[in-house]
Amino acid sequence: MSDALAARPGTDLTGKVALVTGGTRGIGLATVRALTEAGATVVLTGRDETGAKDAAASVGGTVSGQALDVTDAKAVSTLVRGVAKEHGRLDIVVANAGVMEDALLGMIREELVDRMLTTNVAGTIHTVQAAARAMMRKKTGAIVVLASIVGEHGSAGQVAYAASKAAVGNVARSASKELGRYGIRVNGVAPGVIETSMTAHLSEEILAGRVEDTSLRRLGTAEEVAKVIRFLVSDEASFVTGQILGVDGGLVL
Amino acid sequence: MAEIAGKLREVFVEALDLDADVDVENLKYREIEAWDSVGHMALVAAIEDEFDVQFDTDQVIDMSSFKVAADMIKELQSNGV
Repeated sequence: MSDALAARPGTDLTGKVALVTGGTRGIGLATVRALTEAGATVVLTGRDETGAKDAAASVGGTVSGQALDVTDAKAVSTLVRGVAKEHGRLDIVVANAGVMEDALLGMIREELVDRMLTTNVAGTIHTVQAAARAMMRKKTGAIVVLASIVGEHGSAGQVAYAASKAAVGNVARSASKELGRYGIRVNGVAPGVIETSMTAHLSEEILAGRVEDTSLRRLGTAEEVAKVIRFLVSDEASFVTGQILGVDGGLVL
Repeated sequence: MAEIAGKLREVFVEALDLDADVDVENLKYREIEAWDSVGHMALVAAIEDEFDVQFDTDQVIDMSSFKVAADMIKELQSNGV
């Protein structure tokens, strides 16, 4: 396990069961590693079974992988219920699965809008809904969704993506208001520009510009986002709910 | 059906934290404060756990009374869902 993900004592998750959707790469996989490092038993999901199982094997320990299409509400419900049943509990859900496609306003096809909204928004709602149902009886649980700095501030060339991520942030804010009385906390992280495969397509010129706009003058890493997610699901954040925490190095858009 | 009703009554009482004098068998959604839309989620989760069934979203939304819930459970169990 990398030192970058070493858990602090206050974020001990021993005995907890966690589900991370879209956990096969990038921030999702880093989150799986971070939660595992803190002692949690983690189930990760990916769009195909082989990829999910390979990703789980790459982490080792108590991590397992399953295929899941988050746009399929029934499949999400079945998987979440299955995880809770198999492990006897479900304490943590990280609704990370999402897609990002850039297009200037005049170049946005209807299908692109559908993909952004169906995967990022509906997929997150399905996941939070199923998680809440699994957590309600025990009256405890922590859910984190993946918003984005562009969802909070907007971004040229990302109208559809930014709109979808703004919605994701409001899934957390609204769900937290409904679920608080059941002891379930719902928060989000809003990453800035993070070095993952989702930003690998950006030109060096664009990335350099983003670095210039970031107070810390560098891109973030998936591990830096994962550690904030781990904080939010831990008891260290026991009185934090309905928040979208920027993990952006001070990026100004 | 009587067995389902008896067990379901216990689930309603526990999930919605009902007083002993509530006429559970004739209860309808939103008729009492505890059975609001959020309480409904907790109730559905409790029923699914207790009866080992899984409701789809339309069924969750259509579960408008104790009687409807009992009928849905019976149907799901007979379908092996």
